Order: sequence, then structure tokens, then C-alpha cells
Amino acid sequence: MRIHCPCCGPRGVAEFSYGGDGTIRRPDLAVTDTDAHVAYVYERENPRGPHVELWHHIGGCRHWLRVTRDTLTHEISSVEMAGRFAGDAARMPGAGA
Amino acid sequence: MQKYSALSLLRNALSGHRDWQPAWRKPDPKPAYDAIIVGGGGHGLSTAYYLAKEHGLTNIAVLEKGWLGSGNIGRNTTIVRSNYMLPDNNRFYEWSMKLWEGLSLDLNYNVMFSQRGVLNLAHTPSQLDDYARRGNSMRLEGIDAELLGREEVARMVPGLDMSPSARFPVLGGLLQPRAGTARHDAVAWGYARAADARGVDIIENCEVTGFLREGGRIVGVETTRGEIRAPKVGVAVAGSTSQVLRLAGIERLPIESHVLQAFVSEPVKPILDCVVTFGAGHLYISQSDKGGLVFGGDIDKYNSYAQRGNLPVVEHVMSEVSVMLPFVSRLRLLRNWGGIMDMSMDGSPIITTGPLPGLYLNAGWCYGGFKATPASGWCFAWTMARDEPHPLNAPFTLDRFQRGYVLDERGAGPYPKMH
Repeated sequence: MRIHCPCCGPRGVAEFSYGGDGTIRRPDLAVTDTDAHVAYVYERENPRGPHVELWHHIGGCRHWLRVTRDTLTHEISSVEMAGRFAGDAARMPGAGA
Repeated sequence: MQKYSALSLLRNALSGHRDWQPAWRKPDPKPAYDAIIVGGGGHGLSTAYYLAKEHGLTNIAVLEKGWLGSGNIGRNTTIVRSNYMLPDNNRFYEWSMKLWEGLSLDLNYNVMFSQRGVLNLAHTPSQLDDYARRGNSMRLEGIDAELLGREEVARMVPGLDMSPSARFPVLGGLLQPRAGTARHDAVAWGYARAADARGVDIIENCEVTGFLREGGRIVGVETTRGEIRAPKVGVAVAGSTSQVLRLAGIERLPIESHVLQAFVSEPVKPILDCVVTFGAGHLYISQSDKGGLVFGGDIDKYNSYAQRGNLPVVEHVMSEVSVMLPFVSRLRLLRNWGGIMDMSMDGSPIITTGPLPGLYLNAGWCYGGFKATPASGWCFAWTMARDEPHPLNAPFTLDRFQRGYVLDERGAGPYPKMH
């Protein structure tokens, strides 16, 4: 499995660390309803098919990436920058590499 | 059921082995049962067996999507042990060990349970301290545990790299002498045969495609072989748990599916007579009766439903095994394969009523499901028959995450890839 890092280009999966489901959002800490926090910490959709997930390019540029990958075929359909670089993929040196 | 014995073997040998009966029937599904088990793997089959044996519930069906034992029961590395640290885990797995010890007799089927010992190697003084603590925790629960020094380990496993210049010097180890291995397929076949003999219908090639509901209650399943009704439906489908429960409207569970790879080498003469685990990384190895070295390491550490993994883990496992047992580096790999693990958020299993009325769930085995097969079925059968957990599986409920009573054996936090 190779991940096309927008910053570094296509790299082997061994360079990356898996960050899990990329769709979950931490509830506002002002929310006192326990269920929302339990869902954030423990509950996952765990789909068989396309899965939006986070990968950390720990052995490269150290950017966090939002990857859409099929959990049945391992096929990757999209890789984007996550966090504060979200939307910057096109300007990254690895774009189109 | 045709009883197996030395005499029956002799009799059938004399008649040219033409009179053996099939080990279980291949019945068509009936329109209704008293209970249905979804999943014809080890846990599903043992649940059916104990429902019939311990609770007198014989009008039950086990529904299997593929062929019997085609999932994780045939994909593991056959290790059986009860060397945990948390008391709730220790009690449960020790009950499993006790069932293992009588299993071949109970089932009248040789599951080739071999109590050859499981030895965890320690490579640092702190790891040895940690093992002493775990061994004490085991002994407090009446489980056998022995802390071995360096010389004892060297005598026990001659092939280990014990040289002073070893990258990971061995300082000692924790041994559970009663632990060992069992023939994994035989466990599925033995439970299937014994359940069938008590009247359980085992229905292969029957995939569950939906659940029947009446007033919020599960009252049966839709399958590729028609509707089947039952007031109790137990689900024991390992890595497919999220998929199957989604059919019942449960969208989110504290489970992620991950792929775990396993390996077997070409067969060689007897060289390793116990199970050894590498303490500097994650590796477990034993030798099968055919002579192949059977071993495995970590999961691939990303969500996967593909029953195959990636090469970095293969490379990692091979490096570990050749560092620990240098002679293995000269052997050829015969094959490797993958199974889909239902990794729970705290690394401990779920055996529970619910999450809907009429539904029962057995899941979250991470990669420790094989050794749990007897106790898992025994406890799940109790839970399904009495609508409440047995004290042994009372800590394994689904609501423990909500209540904050997680059982995190490794203290790794809510990250399935870490368990």
C-alpha cells in the first residue's frame, strides 16, 4: 500500500502512522452530555468500503493527512492535507508528482 | 452420532473406511427456531453446543455465510493461554482453560489440545518485574505461573539467541506450563459435530441479509435461504460485527475491524516444544505437529476487511523471528494469510444481551479469540438462555464504555490498533 502524500509524493505505508477514523469530531468541552463524549472516544462506524481516515506522515513531512481508502480493497481514492493545512494540497510540492 | 473410539477406528479400518458417517448433517433451515446463532465459527458453534448441553435448548440453528470454520477459527495461530493480569480477564480465560482441559473428552473429538507451555521472554529488568507482577496476579487467581531465570530459559528453548551480544538479551521469562496449543479446525469440527448430535441445525452457505423486527424487538433474520424466525438471535461474527449489526440499525459500536497476518514455515524436525513469545517486540511462535513453525506478530494497524495484509508487517515479523530464533532465517516461508479481527476499544471482549431486545452480541475478541472459544460459547449460551450475563462475563458488557468500567489490559487507551 502506498499513500500519495501531497507534500512528499507517493510513499510506502511504512512511513505513515495510522490516526484512525477521520470523521469523528470532539464535542465542545462545554457539552456536559456524556453520550457525545462516549461516542467521540469509543464509537466507530467501521465501514466495509470507503473510509475517511487520518494518517500521520511520521517518516516524512510529518503532516497529518485525510485519506479516503477502501477498507476492502485497500484502494486510496483521495488524499488531502488535514488540520490547519486543509485545502493546501494543490500548493504542496508533491502535488501531481 | 457415531461415537469415536479406538474400537470404532479399528472396526472402520477393517471395513476399508467406507462406513464413516458425516460428522454433521446438512439440514435445510426450518421456518422458526427457539434461538438462532449468526456465525458458524468457533464461538458460534460452541455457543450452540453449550445452549444444547447446559441449558436444554436444542431447537436452534447456527447460520454460516460460507463454509463451517472458514473465518478466524481456521486463521489463528492456535495458542491457548490464560496469562492475563486484570482479575476479570484472568477468571474468564482460566475458565476457558479448564474447559479446554476436558474438551476432547466432552466432545468425543480429538482437538489435539497440547499443554506444552507458553513462555514470554523478558529482555529488560523492568520487563522481568512486570512479568513478576503479572505472574503474581495470575497465582492470586489460582492460575499456574512461573518466573524463569536466564539459564532456565536457555535450557527450555535451545534455539534462542542467548549470546551476550544479542540485540535483545534474554534475562528470563514468564512461563504458564498449562498453556499450549490446540488444532484449530478440529475445534470447529468437534463443536459442530457435538452440537449437531444434540439436534442443533448447522446451516452453511446461509448469509444473514437483514433482521426481522416487531415493535422494536428482533424476532428473526432474513437470509439468502429465506426468513427464519426466533425470539433470540445471537451474533458471533468476529470482524463482520459492525456490518451485521448495521443490518439491525446499529450504526456505531466500540469496534474497528483490522487485519492480522499469520505465517507458517516449511516443515522441519522437532525444534520447538513450547510456545515462545518475543518480549522486545510482538511475536509468538510454536511448532505444529506437522513440523511447520507457526507464527504471527502485530496487526497491520489500519481498518481493513481484506483478508490479506501488507508487506511492511511481513518484513517486521520476519526480522523479529530471525532475531529471536536465528535458525528460522534459514527456513523458507510456506504461506501467509490474514484474518479480520474485531478490535475493541479497550482490548477486551463483549459478551452481552442487546444492544436491542431479542438480540445478543459476542464480539470484540481482538486477536485473542481462539483461546476463548470454549468459555465464550459457555458464557454466551448462559447469557442467551437466561437473559443476563454469568458473573464471568458480567464485566464484558457493551455499556462498560459508557459507565467507564473499561478493561484495558495493556493500559493502551481507546486505540484499537494498540491492543
